[in-house]
Amino acid sequence: MLQNRSSYPPQQSAIAPSQASSSEKSIPTSLTPSAIRGSITTPRKVTIYDRNLNRRAPELSLASFAFLFSELVQYSQKNVKGIQEMETKLSDYGYHVGQRVLELTVIREIKNAKRETRVLGLLQFINTGIWKSVFGKPADALEKSKDQEDEYMIIDNDPIVNKYISVPKEMSQLNCAAFQAGIVEAVMDGCQFPARVTAHSVPTDLFPLKTVFLVKLDPVVVERERYMR
Amino acid sequence: MSFYLAIIGTKDNAVYDLEFGTYRQGGDGTSKFSADMKQLCPFIVHSSLDIVEEMQWNTNVMHLKVIDKFYNYLISAYMTAGNMKFLLLHETRADDVIRQFFVDLYDLYVKTLMSPFYAVDQTITSPVFDQRVKMLAKKYL
Repeated sequence: MLQNRSSYPPQQSAIAPSQASSSEKSIPTSLTPSAIRGSITTPRKVTIYDRNLNRRAPELSLASFAFLFSELVQYSQKNVKGIQEMETKLSDYGYHVGQRVLELTVIREIKNAKRETRVLGLLQFINTGIWKSVFGKPADALEKSKDQEDEYMIIDNDPIVNKYISVPKEMSQLNCAAFQAGIVEAVMDGCQFPARVTAHSVPTDLFPLKTVFLVKLDPVVVERERYMR
Repeated sequence: MSFYLAIIGTKDNAVYDLEFGTYRQGGDGTSKFSADMKQLCPFIVHSSLDIVEEMQWNTNVMHLKVIDKFYNYLISAYMTAGNMKFLLLHETRADDVIRQFFVDLYDLYVKTLMSPFYAVDQTITSPVFDQRVKMLAKKYL
């Protein structure tokens, strides 16, 4: 019983104390030794190290995500001077997520895990691997800029974060997918491909929420890429 | 046999280090480095970072195997997707066992990273992490 409790599922340890206390109520004087031991040792903490990284959580409800994200947007709207600053803030939040998502996505496929050493490989990994693990679907397209050698575009026709966000007219420049851009930026940075990633709305009739993530690579990366070719 | 493990962050900063010995062949898990060697370990490991940097763009594997030698000591390296470097100083060649050790260590590191209170490149001070790493060392080395 004790071993059981030290294993991961927290529900178990949540149930156990109530069992112990109910037996306490019924027979207060004759507690079994194991019940006493149980009630003493239940506070044993389940640390983050006891959890399994590969536990496939069921998909989250979109409604609760949208609610949380709307709070995040409202929070970042406070104390900012302009839209630019607000997008920077959102992007920063995304950055923290991205740093973690990168390692987590890779370790979940540790069997064929590899480090990305080329720009194209990394962008493809973001396009499919990262997008799938975070948003449940691959991004819709990956394009290279025609006139700029150091610019790439990741296109999402219907970004999940924007699903329930309607931007007021006076803030038409704002795209809350800046959060998503932050995730991409963190992944690029983490793999040692420093880049600036920005989100731009490009509404079409078919996809009113279509967003283009513009990845502008740092000159260092371009130079290294040329050297490696 | 004695080992020295170091986790180096993305900005070449030390994140975690541990000195330990083997439990095999009647060892008791404490390192048998001489007093001089104890001081040298961090230097040797850090000096091999240059080699890691050279190698990291030529291959896309994570386990770089033995990358450097210092007299009788060997240095193995493992690089994660987010450019954290795991370096192990050891005495005999055992690539497979060390790879398993690194893979499990990677798992532990990612768990640390999952904590919202931990930021990339911060030193790892968790006693549970420490204890888990020692358990890994006992299991594999």
